[in-house]
Amino acid sequence: MNEHVAGEPLVKYRNIGKRFGATEVLSDINFDIYPGEKVAMIGPSGSGKTTLARMLMTLEKPSKGTIEVGGELLWHRNVNGRLMEANASHLRKVRGQIGMVFQHFNLFPHMTILRNIMEAQVHVLGRTKQEAKEQAVKLLKKVGLADKCKAYPAQLSGGQQQRVAMARALVMKPKIMLFDEVTSALDPELVEEVLGVIREIAEEEEMAMLLITHEMAFARDIADRVVFMADGQIVEQGAPEQLFNQPKHQRTMNFLSRFSAQSQSV
Amino acid sequence: MWSWDFAFSILPQLLQAMVVTIEATIVGFVIAALLGLLWTLCKRSPFTPLRIAVNAFVEFIKSTPLLVQLYFIFFVFPAFGVSLSPFLAGVLGLGLHYSTYLTEVFRTGIDAIPKGQWEAGSALNFSRVKIWTQIIMPQAIPPIIPMLGNYFIVMFKETPLLSAISLVEMVQTAQMIGSASFRYVEAFTDVGIIFLVLSYPASLIVGVINKRIKQRFGQSI
Repeated sequence: MNEHVAGEPLVKYRNIGKRFGATEVLSDINFDIYPGEKVAMIGPSGSGKTTLARMLMTLEKPSKGTIEVGGELLWHRNVNGRLMEANASHLRKVRGQIGMVFQHFNLFPHMTILRNIMEAQVHVLGRTKQEAKEQAVKLLKKVGLADKCKAYPAQLSGGQQQRVAMARALVMKPKIMLFDEVTSALDPELVEEVLGVIREIAEEEEMAMLLITHEMAFARDIADRVVFMADGQIVEQGAPEQLFNQPKHQRTMNFLSRFSAQSQSV
Repeated sequence: MWSWDFAFSILPQLLQAMVVTIEATIVGFVIAALLGLLWTLCKRSPFTPLRIAVNAFVEFIKSTPLLVQLYFIFFVFPAFGVSLSPFLAGVLGLGLHYSTYLTEVFRTGIDAIPKGQWEAGSALNFSRVKIWTQIIMPQAIPPIIPMLGNYFIVMFKETPLLSAISLVEMVQTAQMIGSASFRYVEAFTDVGIIFLVLSYPASLIVGVINKRIKQRFGQSI
């Protein structure tokens, strides 16, 4: 475990805060993710996990603090030692290293599955259609949906749509991929097929992963490190065995005991 | 006294004028659609002064009569050195006026696109322009086609206003026939029938398109 925690972090959150009006969602977060590291983030809803990931994807702007990706500031530019707000082209440049899979899939409903996966390759990476198609088919095979090339998203089950969404993000070869509660919107019997694909990706791919999840057993299984968040703060983090078996904080214990009580009662 | 012979004899002349009416409608609609889309995009600009200016302009155009706008373009513009032919002034006025309605139609279409589509576009690192052209517009336009079609028909029926700035379209032609022959009844009856024959099937077509789109996209606005 933690063999990755060497060298420079890929992502650095520094003193990150976020407020929506009067509510403070995140306060003073310092948090690193190392290249290739698989980090699972758990915690009650509203604890700020999703906001933290969305800030990295540039979908939400931090109210204070900085984020660095690959040694480069994400939301800012350093101009003669002073931090200036980054412009759109800078955001785009740094954002290229980050990929995201959403809770509600967000596939493009007007495109076939194949085009969903080709589109960004052609328009963002500048690949030829032929190249993009080959890559798309390869990834569709990987997620077990090679036969659905010509289907439209609405014709697929939620689990299948989410697998397509993963292929769509993977094909861009990000250095870090964010999974934002990707099984929360699925029917219970479809959860396992999606987790299976993530497990496979985690084993095969070099990239770092940040998984926000409520699937505790799954988090324990695939993560190098588990982070527990509550009330906009990182309460505790560590190797899965440590955090799940010997949590140090009362808050973590309460959360985990409620969860195991739930899963036993099911 | 109604004369069938006269009613038929003036038809070729009226049908010729009908071509002008149709041309004015099509060109006017294209202008309205382009300007309407431009207003919609400007209203979403992050640059506040632009948003305020466009909002004010659109409200101004929407709350003043088309006829006044036509007179203004045709009779006042030349004072500033811009002399336009009746056709050009007419389609410009018609297009400008209806752009303020079409901008609302475009807005409805765009607002109906879930936030997740924008976010997925950003997450895949599409540029602003590509998000619009590849992801948002292809989804926003089909559901609003019936509404656009209805405005097209409304504009078609508004073209007689252009006779006020001396464009020789159908109503103007009927007027001239009437004043030359004192047979206004035949002339204007013919015009009414031609409008009906064109508008009614057009609205039926819009209805069919509406149904198709509902089937294909599950909803229309």
